[in-house]
Amino acid sequence: MGKVLMKGNEAIGEAAIRAGCLNYFAYPITPQSEVAEYLSRRLPEAGGVFLQGESEVAVSYMIFGAAAAGARIFTTSSSPGISLMCEGISYIAAAQCPAVFVNIMRGGPGLGGILPSQADYFQATKGGGHGDYRMLVMAPASVQEAVEMVMTAFPLAEKYRNPVMILGDGLIGQMMEPVEFPDDLRSEPSNKDDWATNGMDTRRSDKRNLVKSLFLDPDQLNRNNLALKAKYDRMNREEVRYETYHMDLDYRVLIVSYGTMSRVCRTAIDNLAEEGIDVGMIRPQTLFPFPVQQVHDAAQKQSCVHVASIEMSMGQMVEDVQRALQGVKPVSWYGKCGGDVPTPEEIMEFVRTLL
Amino acid sequence: MGKTFQRPEALSDAVTHYCPGCTHGIIHRLIAEVIDELGIRGRTVGVAPVGCAVLAYNYFTFDFQEAAHGRAPAMATGIKRVRPDLMVFTYQGDGDLASIGMGEIVHAANRGEKFTTIFVNNAVYGMTGGQMAPTTMPNQRTTTSPFGRRVDEVGMPIKVAELLAALQTPGYIVRQTVISPKYIKRAKRAIKQAFTYQKEGRCYSFVEVVSTCPTNWGMTPMEAIQWTQDTMLPYYELGELKTPETTD
Ligand SMILES: Cc1ncc(C[n+]2csc(CCOP(=O)(O)OP(=O)(O)O)c2C)c(N)n1
Ligand code: SF4
Repeated sequence: MGKVLMKGNEAIGEAAIRAGCLNYFAYPITPQSEVAEYLSRRLPEAGGVFLQGESEVAVSYMIFGAAAAGARIFTTSSSPGISLMCEGISYIAAAQCPAVFVNIMRGGPGLGGILPSQADYFQATKGGGHGDYRMLVMAPASVQEAVEMVMTAFPLAEKYRNPVMILGDGLIGQMMEPVEFPDDLRSEPSNKDDWATNGMDTRRSDKRNLVKSLFLDPDQLNRNNLALKAKYDRMNREEVRYETYHMDLDYRVLIVSYGTMSRVCRTAIDNLAEEGIDVGMIRPQTLFPFPVQQVHDAAQKQSCVHVASIEMSMGQMVEDVQRALQGVKPVSWYGKCGGDVPTPEEIMEFVRTLL
Repeated sequence: MGKTFQRPEALSDAVTHYCPGCTHGIIHRLIAEVIDELGIRGRTVGVAPVGCAVLAYNYFTFDFQEAAHGRAPAMATGIKRVRPDLMVFTYQGDGDLASIGMGEIVHAANRGEKFTTIFVNNAVYGMTGGQMAPTTMPNQRTTTSPFGRRVDEVGMPIKVAELLAALQTPGYIVRQTVISPKYIKRAKRAIKQAFTYQKEGRCYSFVEVVSTCPTNWGMTPMEAIQWTQDTMLPYYELGELKTPETTD
């Protein structure tokens, strides 16, 4: 199939279907309601299940129930809705069920605004709900990348039996771009018979399955947490993804930026290069696991005097950048979090102040 | 002569953690008997609540999921929507269902989700030590209503079966109790009817069971039964509030 012009939110819905996920529960919230509107038409036609839940809390448990019963399942929401889902996400992670959550972020805290933001970085990468859990978090910078990340999220969720989050900002959901749905990213749901509560007859077994998160015995709870930690450590080793820009140059400043923000940074980097200021960029595609080593190594370059975390938040990812650098180079943050994206000029101005 | 009374296949041989005189055990047994009689053990998925019955899955021998507090109906919705061929039930206490989970139960019932709810109303939060529940009786003393439930401050106890029966969609809504053999038989009939409607794919089914919590009521099991009879049953009237036949 060739390229089609699609709005990000609709492309995300279509990508899930193409990835082999035919089950979706959600609750409307701007700026991502078009996913639900699109799928309310598309899923019945594709022989799938669409249900609008009564709240994001309920939706997160519909997701849990369906995932625990062995189905491929996903939902989409935006920041305030994701806050409500965090309860369910904690249980899903604890019970080790695969599910995909898409957060098309808007400004916060509180009701905030409906314009793009990246202020849910902590919530997504450090565990928004209670307890020691992590999600694998991927951050797309274009509609095409959102499609590809959604399609890869399902097998990854199943591989790790863990929730995976696509963390996009409002622009990713709202903008229209040409997209393609790569056939090679289709996948079959994995066999879940050894743990899913899909009915003993279904798996022709006398052994019943139990999906739970309660471990009253401290040793057992510790063991469950160690098992979760082993998975997160493995993600740190095997799933780090990032892209670089102008890294072959003798950059004086290294920018770390993701999502829509990184696209503006590219323009700023191009313009600065014309002025004779070389700037490189690492764009994390996975926020958890964060490219700690790669950022650290890139900052070691002799020419690099400063590292800047540029994000549409009041300084969240910057803490991971500092963690990566361990003090080897100075780190600054620049960003805005009201809904408008910093302009290339604003970024250029900021970079000049670092030199 | 063969055995005339034995443990249902759907019930495990584990010793339960329930207090002496607690009615949770009786209700578990009735569910297990019904599942055996309908021959559905291999395609049943139970959803456990947060409450004294959080470990209910230890006493059954089929697939089980453990919900968060109050969210069992949403989980059951998720299971049933993606696997309509499975038999799904939630087992929930009154704090779980009528307080923190009121939103989930009302909407699942109103959508007519084709699963079954067994609602154990013992008028207190058992697991956390006997705090007041939405179903606590007027003037009943609990650890958070030490002077008795003051209805002028917190309202009258919620009659969940009546509340759900006021919705147009839900098909089978019934209230029974298990405080004597006569009532136990009726409760079993109701549970079997509820699962049968589900098996036929007919409707949402809800069985409220008026239950005892001797431990937190500060009573002996016999006193608890008497109190249920004298205080709860006049308020929580037994019987079918709705059947698919009356709805159709
Ligand atoms: C979100 C959340 N809030 C509070 C609790 C604590 N909690 C556990 S059980 C329970 C009440 C259970 O009472 P009920 O549903 O009436 O069941 P019973 O124990 O009486 O069978 C509460 C408040 C919890 N586990 N989770
Ligand atoms: S505390 Fe009450 S409800 Fe819980 S097991 Fe004991 S008697 Fe039963």
